[in-house]
Amino acid sequence: MEIPYTVQARPDTGIYNAKVGIWLFLASEVMLFGGLFSAYVLLRVGADPGTWPHGWQNVTLGTANTLVLALSAVTTLMAWVACKVGQFGKFKFFHACTLLLALTFLCIKMFEYHDHLTRYVGDESALIDLRAQKDIKETELKIPRSEIKDMQNYGPWHNDYLALYFTMTGLHALHILGGSIVIGYLWGPGRKMWKTDPQRFTNRVEVSGLFWHFVDLVWIFLFPVLYLT
Amino acid sequence: MSDSHPVDFNSYVRRCAFIFTAVICAVGLMVCVSYLPHYGWPAKVAMILAVASCNAFLVAGFLMHLLSEKKMIYTLLAFTVFFVIGLVGLTVFAMNDFPTGTQTH
Repeated sequence: MEIPYTVQARPDTGIYNAKVGIWLFLASEVMLFGGLFSAYVLLRVGADPGTWPHGWQNVTLGTANTLVLALSAVTTLMAWVACKVGQFGKFKFFHACTLLLALTFLCIKMFEYHDHLTRYVGDESALIDLRAQKDIKETELKIPRSEIKDMQNYGPWHNDYLALYFTMTGLHALHILGGSIVIGYLWGPGRKMWKTDPQRFTNRVEVSGLFWHFVDLVWIFLFPVLYLT
Repeated sequence: MSDSHPVDFNSYVRRCAFIFTAVICAVGLMVCVSYLPHYGWPAKVAMILAVASCNAFLVAGFLMHLLSEKKMIYTLLAFTVFFVIGLVGLTVFAMNDFPTGTQTH
């Protein structure tokens, strides 16, 4: 059985079916992240003044990740354009760049997670605004395990902010991973289709690109909300 | 991404360079605003989210070609916007609606 309208536009919608499908999927994704953002707004606005953590994230790493993702969005678009003009060599180059940038993003995110999970809380009240305490020198303390009564790291269980931080960025990172797998497939085994049906292959690249741009869009709002405000 | 127009590789390279430069500037601006000393939290949040929205417009409008999409996509997005406004708006609107007798601290 042949799948209809994989290349030709469907007369009633004016676009091919996969494109309608990806936009419907993205609409459901907007609702998913919309729910999480509204949860964040609710908890942030409802928090008592001065109690919401500020400056707990590394802004330099967050900024670097934003630029990495923005650059990967550009390379994804260029990969599609390369397919459109029939330059398959350039497609391979740009898609490889996208994959490398996606891996870079995930590595930076893992480094941030590792940092959160290996730093331990001393005096909670002194850590509400870390940005205001940049001049304070960090000192390393060695305390015998037997003398520790209570110990917590900056994991998702620590407070509402970190629970939302890990949920939202974790879900976003899963999207990056999923998108990378699709892009990796199109760059690797899936590229055989270029020889048999280049137009359909180009449409696949376009659909994966739309997903990738959506993931970039989500990060554009995650970064200021979680790192800067 | 539009499929109805002929594509010129070099014009896309220029467009992408412009978008990426604009995104870098927007990100830099957001970070700078977050460090401004003389503004309160609500003003900073408003400014940062305004810049983020411009950034999102650039990505959605030019990289996703939303500025030149088909009517079908716009209709779908209109429904999405309606439901997202309902989702976020109703949640925030009902934030202080506690049943009678609820104890808050």
